[in-house]
Amino acid sequence: MPIDKIFKDDASEEKGERARMASCIGAMAIGDLVKTTLGPKGMDKILQSTGRGHAVTVTNDGATILKSLHIDNPAAKVLVDISKVQDDEVGDGTTSVVVLASELLREAEKLLASKIHPMTIIAGYRMAAECARDAILKRVIDNKEDPEKFKSDLTKIAMTTLCSKILSQDKEHFAEMAVDAVFRLKGSTNLEAIQIIKKPGGSLRDSFLDEGFILDKKIGIGQPKRIENAKILVANTAMDTDKVKIYGARVRVDSMTKVAEIEGAEKEKMKDKVKKILAHGINCFVNRQLIYNFPEELFADAGVLAIEHADFEGIERLGLVTGGEIASTFDNPESVKLGHCKLIEEIMIGEDKLIHFSGVEMGQACSIVLRGASHHVLDEAERSLHDALCVLSQTVNDSRVLLGGGWPEMVMAKEVDELARKTAGKKSHAIEAFSRALVAIPTTIADNAGLDSAELVAQLRAEHHSEGCNSGIDVITGAVGSMEERGIYEAFKVKQAVLLSATEAAEMILRVDEIITCAPRRREDRM
Amino acid sequence: MALAFDEFGRPFIILREQDQKTRLRGIDAQKANIAAGKAVARILRSSLGPKGMDKMLQGPDGDVTITNDGATILEQMDVDNQIAKLMVELSRSQDYEIGDGTTGVVVLAGALLEQAERQLDRGIHPIRIAEGYEMASRVAVEHLERIAQKFEFDADNFEPLVQTCMTTLSSKIVNRCKRSLAEIAVKAVIAVADLERRDVNLDLIKVEGKVGGKLEDTELIYGILVDKDMSHPQMPKHIADAHIAILTCPFEPPKPKTKHKVDIDTVEKFETLRKQEQTYFDEMVQKCKDVGATLVICQWGFDDEANHLLMHRNLPAVRWVGGVELELIAIATGGRIVPRFQELTPEKLGKAGVVREKSFGTTKERMLYIEHCANSKAVTVFIRGGNKMMIEETKRSIHDALCVARNLIRNKSIVYGGGAAEIACSLAVEAAADKYPGVEQYAIRAFAEALDSVPMALAENSGLQPIETLSAVKSQQIKENIPFYGIDCNDVGTNDMREQNVFETLIGKQQQILLATQVVKMILKIDDVISNSEY
Repeated sequence: MPIDKIFKDDASEEKGERARMASCIGAMAIGDLVKTTLGPKGMDKILQSTGRGHAVTVTNDGATILKSLHIDNPAAKVLVDISKVQDDEVGDGTTSVVVLASELLREAEKLLASKIHPMTIIAGYRMAAECARDAILKRVIDNKEDPEKFKSDLTKIAMTTLCSKILSQDKEHFAEMAVDAVFRLKGSTNLEAIQIIKKPGGSLRDSFLDEGFILDKKIGIGQPKRIENAKILVANTAMDTDKVKIYGARVRVDSMTKVAEIEGAEKEKMKDKVKKILAHGINCFVNRQLIYNFPEELFADAGVLAIEHADFEGIERLGLVTGGEIASTFDNPESVKLGHCKLIEEIMIGEDKLIHFSGVEMGQACSIVLRGASHHVLDEAERSLHDALCVLSQTVNDSRVLLGGGWPEMVMAKEVDELARKTAGKKSHAIEAFSRALVAIPTTIADNAGLDSAELVAQLRAEHHSEGCNSGIDVITGAVGSMEERGIYEAFKVKQAVLLSATEAAEMILRVDEIITCAPRRREDRM
Repeated sequence: MALAFDEFGRPFIILREQDQKTRLRGIDAQKANIAAGKAVARILRSSLGPKGMDKMLQGPDGDVTITNDGATILEQMDVDNQIAKLMVELSRSQDYEIGDGTTGVVVLAGALLEQAERQLDRGIHPIRIAEGYEMASRVAVEHLERIAQKFEFDADNFEPLVQTCMTTLSSKIVNRCKRSLAEIAVKAVIAVADLERRDVNLDLIKVEGKVGGKLEDTELIYGILVDKDMSHPQMPKHIADAHIAILTCPFEPPKPKTKHKVDIDTVEKFETLRKQEQTYFDEMVQKCKDVGATLVICQWGFDDEANHLLMHRNLPAVRWVGGVELELIAIATGGRIVPRFQELTPEKLGKAGVVREKSFGTTKERMLYIEHCANSKAVTVFIRGGNKMMIEETKRSIHDALCVARNLIRNKSIVYGGGAAEIACSLAVEAAADKYPGVEQYAIRAFAEALDSVPMALAENSGLQPIETLSAVKSQQIKENIPFYGIDCNDVGTNDMREQNVFETLIGKQQQILLATQVVKMILKIDDVISNSEY
């Protein structure tokens, strides 16, 4: 009696070894895909979207690459997910986490081939991860007490992060910018307050940090181009035709005169509104929604600068920066908090006119204007800068830092290796494998730079055998050297997140012994 | 299907589109059904126990779930076979009733079916097998009652509860921090439990997850967590001693349900309508302010103007809060849900010690904590984890642990896990079999054998020699006449489950045996299957 099919049509089931193989291969494929982007000499990828316009993105940001892939393999999806989470949580290390997870699985596959049970491997990996974390925890550098040193730490971290990106040419410049911007936040992680404006033209070196706030809008015609000691009302209100919001209201008239009357009333209403707004004693009015010509004219008459159609984030930021509240009703002008700034003026960046608010009350916010040859360059520059900003803002809160350049991996590998020697039982194989996976990261970095990785890593390992060694791989000169001297630093939080989530993901995938794929949902034919 | 009579008055059955249907009758039908049931059980078998493996399930939309929770696996498996669907139902009802042991129940049912097949081959009538199973299950359940132990705990000493939850959690991926999670689950249950009535309303425990951080950051919040932020970015992020107005009416102009039109035909009407509109918003906000609310939580959206007015009058507000959350907030803060502004009174406001907004990670994800509520009987378990699948799996595991803790509060009896209870039952059933005259005896023996398959699967999944281990434990139980010996899955070095602190709830085990028997009986009674062969 043949067993009737249990699943629906098109559903498939893979069991045991096959399932494990499928997930290991899927994960490794993803790892190999992003592997070449790792490190300062990592290469970029071109992503062409299948959507309309076939938009092209050039990037070496792991999360961005993986986000845009269409993947069918469920294990690969787990890896994509961890990279995404890494991006959300700490902002950097999105490639490393995937590479480490896939290396862990690669090692695990070898162990599986020699008939070690996945649960034993998991137990070993867990012990190893714990030990690795303790190892780097012991060697962290914390300079929170000394602001000068801390600042230089931050700059070094920013430079390390940026050196693997498109901005590596001008990394000093950008690192300084990023550190300045993050310091202005005063410990908050709200990166919203840092505005990044991209304007094609010029070169990356022309990018600058502006202390004030820049709004990518034009000033209305006939309105003042420069206001000193501005009082700003930030609003979110309809300035087109202020509709009656009561449900079911409609205009029904029986003659032309009535239409004219109502039109007059409407105009009157708008005039009233403008009058009320003006009663706040402002000289600048920024609205999220459209401002029609009529009220704009009224504002111009009153000598008030009216800016329309600022997007929602712009409004929020402006409210934050100038200290004004976002208003939607205008009946009590005395109690609405207005925003203040010393000077509003129109500035030119390249060809474009922008509005610049300087001397704002809240020093938190700032704008970074990125200049560059093309949109692709700018997009990538923004992503890189975003990574750096994320890492820095997280480091400000958790000020522990580590050396970079494969140093943490070697430290961890050494400790884990020692643990393996002490551990009895089959677990020690898994622990050893963990250390091999860790070493794979500096190996990859060296490989990507076209260096003799075997030679370098062996040398590095030998040097790390002595206590308190600071050596890492300096990709630029292609030699092993002290990372402390070269100022290559990384944030502890990033490394820890990479280690933990890669282990977690590998563990999750290893525990699977069966993959059941449901039939894909049928798209309804609309043809 | 229809019944018709031919010209001689003999009845015959007409099936619609008969040529497209297949029909299985008699022993073939039973065999086919058993095969299907076994196939489902086989899938789950490897997920049993602390060393059980997980399954990766890819849903119809490409979403990935990784779990070893029996109910979840079966639910997502997209099963087509009717009998297999019965097994899915079986695990689901165990989930609803008990919340834990969803894998075990299916494995047991599968083993029972396997044994039934052997009896069928011997030529025993399916009904006799079913009868025998029924008797055996009664014996087993009674025996469980006998070997069960009461254990004592109270709100101050909940260590035994934690131990039991840890048994449940040890089979999940979260076993890395089973201790802290078990403590969280037990604390949560005790916080909402009514120890007098021995009842726990699990609805009062909200399980919320957010991707990011690590599993160790999971925490228990004595209050409510809402995945929302303040409606206006400039509202205060921290409110102490909040008086909360819980509204289900929007801050928008009224929308009468009857269809209507308001005609504007004169300037005066236009003016009055405009005034009306403004006063309307004003009144709404004023009303909230008048009763003394310092926070408004609303199920619906706000109009821009209302939003600003709220902000302006210094009345923080949260919009688009879901119905369930709203209810929980009402319970926790002791407030009343108010459907109309007119009905707002100071007594109906909820009270909370602290309401604060907290942001996570580098993206602007914010959540609202409502803590130190007037009525502390609502708690939230807030789970953090490395990725989405991890969070989902942790949620399921926490749910299992919560259920176990609840069951223990309802009924303090426990049996020992690690297969110990099954082995003891198997021995009891085996002994009882000899007392029954008649064919049922064989079925009862088969039942005993089926019970053995659970510890067998445990041993197998833990990498032990299944038959060897089982027989060793069995003889140990008989020799020393102690029903606490089970399979040593974690390689601790002792078979005594009392020492290993591996408990399960008595009702959970009993339910497993009863449910599995019922479903198997049902399957055995089917002797005719008509199905569409191809479509």
